[in-house]
Amino acid sequence: MAIIDIVDLSYTYPHTNQPALRTINLSIEEGSFVALIGANGAGKSTLCYTITGFVPHFFQGEFHGTVTIAGKDLKSSELKDMVTTASLVFQKPQNQISGTKFTVFDEVAFGLENLGVPREEMIKRIERALELTGIAHLAERSPYALSGGQQQRLAFASMLAMDTPILVLDEPTSQLDPIGSREVFEVVERLTDEGKTVIMAEHKLEWIAAFADRVVVLDEGSILLDGTPDEVLTSSLLVENDIGSTRYTSVARAAQEQALAPQNANLPISLEQAERFFKQA
Amino acid sequence: MQIEISNVRFVYPSGVEALRGVSFSVPAGQMLAIVGQNGAGKTTLVKQLNGLLKPSSGTIMIGDLDTSKSTIAKLSARVGYVFQNPDDQLFKRTVADEIAVGPTNLGFSKEDTERYVKRAVELMELEDKLETNPYDLTPTWRKRVAIAAVLAMNTPIVVLDEPTTGQDHRNINYLGRVMQQLASEGKTIVAISHDIDFVADYFERVIAMSQGQVLLDGPCDEVFAQEELLAQSYVEAPQLTRLGKRLGFAKTVSREESFLAALREARPRS
Repeated sequence: MAIIDIVDLSYTYPHTNQPALRTINLSIEEGSFVALIGANGAGKSTLCYTITGFVPHFFQGEFHGTVTIAGKDLKSSELKDMVTTASLVFQKPQNQISGTKFTVFDEVAFGLENLGVPREEMIKRIERALELTGIAHLAERSPYALSGGQQQRLAFASMLAMDTPILVLDEPTSQLDPIGSREVFEVVERLTDEGKTVIMAEHKLEWIAAFADRVVVLDEGSILLDGTPDEVLTSSLLVENDIGSTRYTSVARAAQEQALAPQNANLPISLEQAERFFKQA
Repeated sequence: MQIEISNVRFVYPSGVEALRGVSFSVPAGQMLAIVGQNGAGKTTLVKQLNGLLKPSSGTIMIGDLDTSKSTIAKLSARVGYVFQNPDDQLFKRTVADEIAVGPTNLGFSKEDTERYVKRAVELMELEDKLETNPYDLTPTWRKRVAIAAVLAMNTPIVVLDEPTTGQDHRNINYLGRVMQQLASEGKTIVAISHDIDFVADYFERVIAMSQGQVLLDGPCDEVFAQEELLAQSYVEAPQLTRLGKRLGFAKTVSREESFLAALREARPRS
């Protein structure tokens, strides 16, 4: 069943002339992990804001089309109706941290307090969120005495604790080291196994290739490609639009061009696929 | 200008020992990348270079200046520092004003200031954004403004903390090429990065840090060959290095050209 259904969505921010999203049609199945990729300014963050209701309810602007999130019509809902449906991990953790809490533990409690979650339940959810994001040892630290990467984990933990059926993550690994990035993808995999739906804007294609069920490519506000990682990440449209591909794909393509690999072999997107690709050469 | 770091320890007032005996030197015109897990001490280390932090013990020489005995004002004419988050360093109303702050503070003549600002604007392609408020720009362009503001100071050493964070493919490659251009003009470039494929593509030398110490230091391919030690600093080798290893290449490779050359060599001659 589709938990997110977007029909003919176009959106323009206030005081701007160019639409940020143009005629988007997108239907997302419950329990899936969808990666959004594309150049800076392609509309990834705007789409993240839409699925969580910040567009149009916080940013206002010109909004056309129909967006249905977990059965709720977005336009006729209010932002507070969306809070228990979809949560957003912002691109910059500094934009997310409340600034009113003195410890990491209390910061994660912030959203839950606002929802009036019972104390026992709250503690359980906070502990699990800190555990999953690997910052349980920092629970008593001030949110402002954390490194950039640790703040990013805290932002993720705060959203995890909200326990919404939909999680939207806007470049959640931008300040994380490779191990931290892998951990985020592993947590996402666990969440989708539990039936949550995850939408993630991200540039790290190697991780997307390994974990995502589906990849949507945005280009200047429109959907350029939509399909499985194998289909999308090997498309020549990514090269033509300078969006990039994994090193495995690009080196295999170069090898084909220089007649160092069979012309008809499928291009690889992962280390394992690349190993097979070159061993058959 | 050369950087000489000798046995530097640094303890934060909280008691956390962030650097535990770091020593290395960087010759003029070199491109050095520093990699390692979050909390390894990378940012703490580069903040020592322009005197934002001073060593608890040990010495850092920037050319003939000892950072412990110099003011930030003196050091900032030698070491430009681009923060991880551009919002930490932008505070003027227009891009043009922002970029002129550094050279003006350094007391350059009007002509020099104009010349350096113009060059920085060209390098970061900001010509049509000079009258814009930096906060009306997207994060990508704010990052470029932050870099331009530092380049306009025309320092012989440029330090960048995570220059590719949140940048797309096109911008990452653009930044890489600008850094190479600057290095070819004799500037010393020191960058912190988690993007190991970017490091492999553009840098000649890499230092892997772990728990406040230098774990590995050398030319990229030599460092990437040390799989076990790399793993200790929570760094994964570049994609092509891992693939080359799986294919049994005789040499460690990390760039596309060297990968294809090794592939050609490995193929039986027909």
